[in-house]
Amino acid sequence: MTRPLVLAGGRVIDPSKNLDQTADVLIQDGKIAAIGPSIGRPDGADVRDVRGQVVAPGLVDIHVHLREPGNEDEETVATGARAAAAGGFTAICAMPNTDPVTDNQAAVGFIVRQSVRAGLTRVYPIGAVSVGQKGEKLAEFGEMVGAGAVAVSDDGRPVVSGHLMRTALEYARTFDIAVADHCEEPTLAAGGVMHEGLVATRLGLKGIPAAAEEIMVARDVLLAELTGGRVHLCHMSTSGSVDLIRRAKERGVRVTAEVTPHHLVLTDHACENYDTHAKMNPPLREAADVAALRQALKEGVIDCIASDHAPHAYDEKEAAFDDAPFGIVGLETAFAVAHTELVQGGVLTLPELVARMSTLPARVFGLAGGTLHPGAAADVSVLDPRQQWTVDPKRFFTKCRNTPFAGRELVGRPTLTLVAGKIVHDANV
Amino acid sequence: MSAALGKDLVGLEALSPEQIRLILDTAEPFKEVSERPIKKVPALRGKTIVNLFFEASTRTRISFEFAEKRLSADTVNVAASGSSVSKGETLVDTAKNLEAMRIDMVVIRHPSSGAAQFLAARINSNVINAGDGKHEHPTQALLDLLTIRDKLGKIAGVKVCLVGDILHSRVARSNIWGLTKLGAQVAVCGPHTLMPRGIAELGVTVFRRIEEAIEWGDVLNILRLQLERMEKGFIPSLREYFRVFGVTQERLDRARHPLVIMHPGPMNRGVEIESRVADGPHSVILDQVTNGVAVRMAVLYLLAGGKPELADAAKRGAAE
Repeated sequence: MTRPLVLAGGRVIDPSKNLDQTADVLIQDGKIAAIGPSIGRPDGADVRDVRGQVVAPGLVDIHVHLREPGNEDEETVATGARAAAAGGFTAICAMPNTDPVTDNQAAVGFIVRQSVRAGLTRVYPIGAVSVGQKGEKLAEFGEMVGAGAVAVSDDGRPVVSGHLMRTALEYARTFDIAVADHCEEPTLAAGGVMHEGLVATRLGLKGIPAAAEEIMVARDVLLAELTGGRVHLCHMSTSGSVDLIRRAKERGVRVTAEVTPHHLVLTDHACENYDTHAKMNPPLREAADVAALRQALKEGVIDCIASDHAPHAYDEKEAAFDDAPFGIVGLETAFAVAHTELVQGGVLTLPELVARMSTLPARVFGLAGGTLHPGAAADVSVLDPRQQWTVDPKRFFTKCRNTPFAGRELVGRPTLTLVAGKIVHDANV
Repeated sequence: MSAALGKDLVGLEALSPEQIRLILDTAEPFKEVSERPIKKVPALRGKTIVNLFFEASTRTRISFEFAEKRLSADTVNVAASGSSVSKGETLVDTAKNLEAMRIDMVVIRHPSSGAAQFLAARINSNVINAGDGKHEHPTQALLDLLTIRDKLGKIAGVKVCLVGDILHSRVARSNIWGLTKLGAQVAVCGPHTLMPRGIAELGVTVFRRIEEAIEWGDVLNILRLQLERMEKGFIPSLREYFRVFGVTQERLDRARHPLVIMHPGPMNRGVEIESRVADGPHSVILDQVTNGVAVRMAVLYLLAGGKPELADAAKRGAAE
């Protein structure tokens, strides 16, 4: 039996209840026991003074690439969960593009088991849409859900076949799960390494046009409308996608969407000097896209932020731009980047940011969490909104260092992360 | 290390107009070296240079090699096939190994855009870009500039149109930077499937039809059409390309005044250029090749720390 814990005097923000007030939070038996300005403190309680800090429901990242099984040199479930805890996340969703692909109940069960063994941030597996992510034959959604999968996706690559996407959306209805798609029309994107625009023209790099994403966004919302299925659009990057999602939501289509911190902050200019840490898919776009994505996140057209954490070994990124892999790590910078740029930048209020990194992403995949409701599991993030720090990849918990934010000065940092009342990260230790 | 140009020549985008003029002026006296019975000066004696070619090249590699030898450098040629590169060695490992052999300069040709800059950032030797992917081919543009200056006596105000596959062309990009920096008017002309996004924002005019380009220009720099562009579906056929975009004598005859005809080679006769044009009186295609050696000598000389005074001396000679 662990001692009761009181987080005393913090700014308690719970978007699930529109709560934003200075209060104590009592955690007992792994659950939220009470919240209030002057709650009783049980005998022997451990009292943490969190004045000046924010007490929020644990952050939730619904789009993470762990490299286990297959590339444990780059990340494991345990190291990913540790990095997530340091980033303030109490739950993350692992994409299935592992080696072998997480496309069956045994593979899903393995992720769950590794997560339990690590005993840190909760790791929820996402199963593959198609066997081997080959885009041909539906994977066994029912068995994967039975083993713990919370959604299905072929992320890393798009569901190319319109027919397969349609059947996936229809079949997923039985289990009430979303089909998450990486929107990329492959013949338009083929060979592309960055956004198609003036910077790509100058650098002589092959571009990926915005239309490559938007065509698939349009297809997916039409198929969701046709089937009544639930589609989730991963890592949106263009203003055109925002327009399509806005119109689909107005029609009542069951569509949700996420955006990464880097697409909210960086443009294709980050690729100057062939910086491979700015190589990601979808690519960093233009300033007008960044503005549209921020507005969409504010309005709720885009539901939430997800990191698309994608670890790659240092020497893989140490290559010519064409030859480097896509993707960056993001778990340990997501909150601070979003807080610095969006909250301090005047786009979102702090409660709005917490909603988009906790309550709303939990809702997208129907996960427990995202709330401080008494009786709920004590998945809690304590965030210091005033802490200034400089990103030093050498101090990351993730195994990889591939970030475009190295050296960046940020404001705001997770200081304490609790999963079911257990401390999984404590910045003061 | 040369203060005049910096450590490397990666592209013309990063050079100032003064630096470009310095290279062209330095090339003038080196032209004469190639006309001597004994074509050698001791400027780079004792320097070791590696010509590192990850992509097939005949003209550029030979041109660099002559330039190096006529400056008395010791040179080694490394081609991608037959080297450890074809055994999967990474670019960074190749760079480190070269550095470990204490060489002075590397001339690199590579299929990936940015490869020259990648190498330059990781080794202490001078790096000269001999073409990286679709990015830049600075010495080609410099020899084009020198040829235009030779032929027309100036570059500022001259109207130059680059014709053909702009999308995949490093020659086009380097020419656009070099020409615009020296005050030329620049246009591009080709099928829109081979036109990069936002090209007009680099300060060039885009012509839809070759007839309009001929009507407008003083110089046509006709780019090679890679045959694989047809296979990849950018154009329907070479036949149609020649019909629509081919630079023919018939089309040139309608121009108000004769146009200077340039081509970086190797030519596809009967595809982008008609033989009569390539071999005609206004073609400077072989002058480009001759100037290539002089320009590369100038670049090697300046990067090795050679004194720009040589260029000044040449200019004084011209004034007498």
